[in-house]
Amino acid sequence: MRFVDEYRDPDLARRLADAVLARASRRWTVMEVCGGQTHAILASGLDALVRERVELLHGPGCPVCVTPLETLDRAQALVERPDVTLCSFGDMLRVPGSHGDLFGARARGGDVRVVYSPLDAARLAAREPARRVVFLAVGFETTAPAVAAAARWARKQGLANFQLLVSHVRVPPALEAIASAPDRRVDAFLAAGHVCTVMGTQEYEPIAARHRMPIVATGFEPADILQGLLQAVDQLERGAAEVEIQYRRAVRPEGNPAARALLEEVFEVADRPWRGIGTLPGGGLRLRGSYAAFDAERVFPEVTGAGAAESPDCRADAVLRGILRPPECPEFGRACTPDHPLGAPMVSAEGACAAYFAYRAPEPEEDPP
Amino acid sequence: MCLAVPGRIERVDEEEGLRTARVAFGGVRKRVCLETLPDAGPGDWVLVHAGFALQRLDEDAALELRGWLAEPESGA
Repeated sequence: MRFVDEYRDPDLARRLADAVLARASRRWTVMEVCGGQTHAILASGLDALVRERVELLHGPGCPVCVTPLETLDRAQALVERPDVTLCSFGDMLRVPGSHGDLFGARARGGDVRVVYSPLDAARLAAREPARRVVFLAVGFETTAPAVAAAARWARKQGLANFQLLVSHVRVPPALEAIASAPDRRVDAFLAAGHVCTVMGTQEYEPIAARHRMPIVATGFEPADILQGLLQAVDQLERGAAEVEIQYRRAVRPEGNPAARALLEEVFEVADRPWRGIGTLPGGGLRLRGSYAAFDAERVFPEVTGAGAAESPDCRADAVLRGILRPPECPEFGRACTPDHPLGAPMVSAEGACAAYFAYRAPEPEEDPP
Repeated sequence: MCLAVPGRIERVDEEEGLRTARVAFGGVRKRVCLETLPDAGPGDWVLVHAGFALQRLDEDAALELRGWLAEPESGA
């Protein structure tokens, strides 16, 4: 496929990896933010190519992993209403809430449907006026504009039976939290390419400056990730701490102005709890007052989530902040597997724990020779 | 979840009050919403996520990495 295959060339990847090793005078620690990047790194073994000089830590960029239990429980409670049709992306249906996942709710007779686009859920509401269609809206800034467009269309159509259960999260507050942690191990970030495609890179400037950390907006194919690493390592060696764009074919400094305007029209920045991390100031989005009629939390105030406690054995908090690598968790591959996950990073295909489980044999040691 | 796929716009339409496009992804064609990228037109390569076009792909920038294949010593 054009714009994809050329970035999967093995020779190109080896040359870029060699350039990273040659440029680094010591071992640096770099965190890739997005779960899609984590997946690509482990699937292609990129971490092994640069291990002598770069330790890769995996960031919190898996929306499925950070959606709070309370939101999942609220979705479960909505499905129990006979008039509600709950729609979401397929990834969300396997994530365990306090009382099982949404596939289980569907097996018990609940009307749960997978959609490809939030607009499909809005169109369903238009087609089936007798149903109350609720879209479980998760995702980063990449996904939120699609949800905003669906909400705006629903308002134009005067749809009263379409609501959003919003759990959108924003990347910069999470990077700020990781960068300012006293036990921080990260020297530089590879920022999530498609989040930057929408938002641009300006929000990252103060984080790079305040914490003296290079931040490189990076794509998702092997050559993208290795080139992003090379740019980050080059900055670290020079003592620079700048925001750079590796993923230039898709990221402009100003992002996508039309998508940002849509976000601004429909959503406002709000504090949001992140599963495994806690509440982050400005960590997410909520619907503006002008969209209150589309807000499931306001339209169904009686439906709340139990928000039971997480498994005490799950270390997702440390994994999501890059403090602990998945194989270092005592439960990894033992009490916690994709079939019997203790926490969300083992459930989602993009979760760091699931990626290690899928692609890696247990590692005896991590240090370079 | 932030997966986005490149495709080429074949035709632009107006449907149900929305600007949409028919986009070819290799052999697969899908209807994509252009509310997030209203000035995209036929022939443009766009990045599509959750049924919406996120950005036009910059073909010049896409060629930059090929320098690495021809010239392994070229800079970062």
